[in-house]
Amino acid sequence: MSILTTPTTTATPVAPSPTAATTTTPPVTGERKGLTKKEVAADHPTWCPGCGDFSVLALYFKLIEKRKMIHEQITTIAGIGCSSRFPYFVQAHGAHFIHGRALPFASGVSLSRPDLHVFVFGGDGDAFSIGGNHFSHTCRKNIKMTYVVMDNWVYGLTKKQTSPTSPLGFKSKTDQWGAVDYPINPMKQAIAAGATFVARTTHTNPNHVLQMMEAAMDHDGFSFIECLSECVEFYEGAFDASNPRKGGVFKEVPKDHDVTNEGAAYALAGDPFPGYFGVFYKNTKPTKNAKEAEIIKSYQSKVTGLKDWQILQKNFDRMK
Amino acid sequence: MSDTITTAAPSSGAAKVLKINEAVIRIAGNSQDGIQAIGGFLARLAGRSEQEVMTFMTIPSTISGGPSIFQVRIGSGEVLSAGDEADMLLCFYQHSYEDHIKSVKLGGIVLFDADHVQPNPAYEENYRHVGVNISSLTVEAIGGTGRDKGKNIFAMGLLAKIFDLNVPKLLKLIEERFGGKDPSLVANATTCFNAGYMHSLENLLKTFQFFDAEKKDRHQVVMNGNEALAYGLIAAGVRFGAGYPITPWSDIMELLRRELPKYGGMFIQTEDEIAAVSMALGGSYAGRVAVTGSSGPGISLKTEAIGWASMAEMPLVIVDVQRGGPSTGMPTNVEQSDLNIACFGGHGDSPRVVLAPTSVEDCFYTAIEAVNIARKYSTPVFILTDQGIATRIEAFEEPNLEKVCQDISPDYTPVEDHKPYDLTKPNGITRHIAPGTKVLSGKYPIATGLEHDELGHPTGSSKLHALMTAKRRNKLRQLAWDFPKLKTYGPNEGQILLVGWGSSQGPIKEAVDRARGIGEAISGLTIRHLNPLPNGLEQIFKGFHHIFVVELNDEGIYGYGQLATVLRARYCDPRIQGITKSDGLTWKVKEILERARTLASAKA
Repeated sequence: MSILTTPTTTATPVAPSPTAATTTTPPVTGERKGLTKKEVAADHPTWCPGCGDFSVLALYFKLIEKRKMIHEQITTIAGIGCSSRFPYFVQAHGAHFIHGRALPFASGVSLSRPDLHVFVFGGDGDAFSIGGNHFSHTCRKNIKMTYVVMDNWVYGLTKKQTSPTSPLGFKSKTDQWGAVDYPINPMKQAIAAGATFVARTTHTNPNHVLQMMEAAMDHDGFSFIECLSECVEFYEGAFDASNPRKGGVFKEVPKDHDVTNEGAAYALAGDPFPGYFGVFYKNTKPTKNAKEAEIIKSYQSKVTGLKDWQILQKNFDRMK
Repeated sequence: MSDTITTAAPSSGAAKVLKINEAVIRIAGNSQDGIQAIGGFLARLAGRSEQEVMTFMTIPSTISGGPSIFQVRIGSGEVLSAGDEADMLLCFYQHSYEDHIKSVKLGGIVLFDADHVQPNPAYEENYRHVGVNISSLTVEAIGGTGRDKGKNIFAMGLLAKIFDLNVPKLLKLIEERFGGKDPSLVANATTCFNAGYMHSLENLLKTFQFFDAEKKDRHQVVMNGNEALAYGLIAAGVRFGAGYPITPWSDIMELLRRELPKYGGMFIQTEDEIAAVSMALGGSYAGRVAVTGSSGPGISLKTEAIGWASMAEMPLVIVDVQRGGPSTGMPTNVEQSDLNIACFGGHGDSPRVVLAPTSVEDCFYTAIEAVNIARKYSTPVFILTDQGIATRIEAFEEPNLEKVCQDISPDYTPVEDHKPYDLTKPNGITRHIAPGTKVLSGKYPIATGLEHDELGHPTGSSKLHALMTAKRRNKLRQLAWDFPKLKTYGPNEGQILLVGWGSSQGPIKEAVDRARGIGEAISGLTIRHLNPLPNGLEQIFKGFHHIFVVELNDEGIYGYGQLATVLRARYCDPRIQGITKSDGLTWKVKEILERARTLASAKA
């Protein structure tokens, strides 16, 4: 039986097992009320008071409520880091995986469960340092999920070491004289790797965060959001220049920017800090999920009507 | 060629016909000569003729070219190993001749390509030399621009003549193999075969004929260990997996990638080994036991994620096709040196299950067992196979697929309340519910690598860490009681017990047979479940003076191989000694017996 046959997509059940036959999930209807914050909040976050991650969490709750999502439709996945504690704070199915590997884990969920919307949350170290390889490959494979990187330019959980996005000169415990390694530009990285949805936002502009999350969620493919999220403990004021309340400027992506123009998106990403906010790049190309489903469809059409053991029998007959 | 009997009536020409029980044929050439193809044909023919067969091959780890051998042992009775010495050597080049003549029994036959091999007079006394201009006769037979491509099939024709093989069956196999493509391929191959078969072998004094094999109830299937393992996973209901290419594991992932879509599943090639295990764990978390696999270097990379599976109690099957290590080691050679990493690889106390299939057939059933243990006990399960089993071909009774195939689709029935890490559950076995399952209490579980409470939320409680650690360990103690009781091969009392695992089973059994045949009190024991070990081994050990653990790994700093070390730690029994080697080759029966006798007399 196809792994793509899931509770909400039981269009063509093949030889249902006794357990599968009892599978029932209420159909999702527009009538249904969204979950309230109370229903979707779990443990009280362990973040420091004033941490930018609080607003990302609050806006995730808001997204769930606004889009009337239910527990059975989502799963929240993270790697390791301050922000990666995220799944514990969400009252829904979730997994807290190992450092840097949230994306391949989430890919496993996404590819085998098209009925779920997979949300992945993490930090800059998890995404671009230890998990850097997975970031590139998940982008290029266009595996359907939403990935929010809460970028604070510092390692917070381990108490102030240089991160891959720390700017030159940032004084950390591992660079007491100031960071000497050139930082990664997450936007450029995502665009170059072939991501199909690339956006940038900041925790100090809640409406914008929500807007980006909604657009990301609606994107059929790998959607990536870099969300600046200040670490008040180890990098206070890092993003003041992007916050009008602190005398900075919140510069939205120009209205005439063509989001399908990769070169233009790359150029936007090169704008020095605080840079632009909004959707830099968006393109539609078939997801890996769709391509794999197509392969399955074409191969299954060759074995229509056969039970699994009969398909296997055909192989064994050839080995006699 | 054991048990040879001379028959009076020669079938054709002047050569006498000998009835034989079995034959070991070693084919030596270069890796691009298609000698694997001859071996494959012979193995498949044996399977169709209800004979037993086992093969052994070496291939160079270079991309193209290099010496390569394929040894095939065909028998009308039980075949337990690929054979210590060959009855016949078929060699294509001078280097094949020089390098392998010593592997032929004294008085054995050397069939050589006279276009390339100049026989050495020193050897001509001890071995019957039969020279045929294989290359030029092949060119002559097909003509055109074919060069000597097809000489392997020509040589197979020679073998068919010498061993009175079933020609119609072989021609059918040729047709199956080459049919479908360019029709001229079948025609050429058939021409080559016939040319070889009709070639007059004046030099040969006798030809051979196998005794009829015992009729078997079911058809036999012929495949190698990697194929059996991959098909076993499919039969077990695995529909998702992820991997990264590495020799000798790649065949398994290629097969799963190709086959799973027919069953509505998929196998993903990932960017690296860590992504592979992580993605498989995502698949398991999503509701259905998934598979990943690799060989030594890749397994090293996966260990952190396997620790997560242990902590989060997530079912997962990890295939380790062992090869020579450490590091890149010897990619195309056999070794059993990953037992330590499979049982203990990883930081922290991270219990997991380790199974080791003992034959090609057992690869199929072990795969199913691994999936079922992973599901039942929510645990990572290693399948420790090795290059020896992975690439060798055996014929075995076709499984009853209708019976063994299982559906392990996830169950999304809403639950009232759910605590995955429930400490009050008997045996401490965790049950996960897949995402998408509604929990009516509104409290959702988290699968986690942090030490956690019963719902999977992080805890710093020392009491919970102790309780959860015990829970994860106790379920495997429970599992050990589920394993069938072990039996010795041969009497349960005697002088020497040869303990082995994995691919050593065949040679150990044959060693026991050979020793018992000359009155030595030697028995064998194969351990398929390496972690946890089955209970009751100490009872078996009691019946013997010496317990020798036969493994393809190094004796280590303290003088014991990897399983021997575990057994000594477990049983504190000083009679447990190791017989190890690290030459990258499978055990020869003779080697095992000589080592065991020497060790026994030294200890006596």
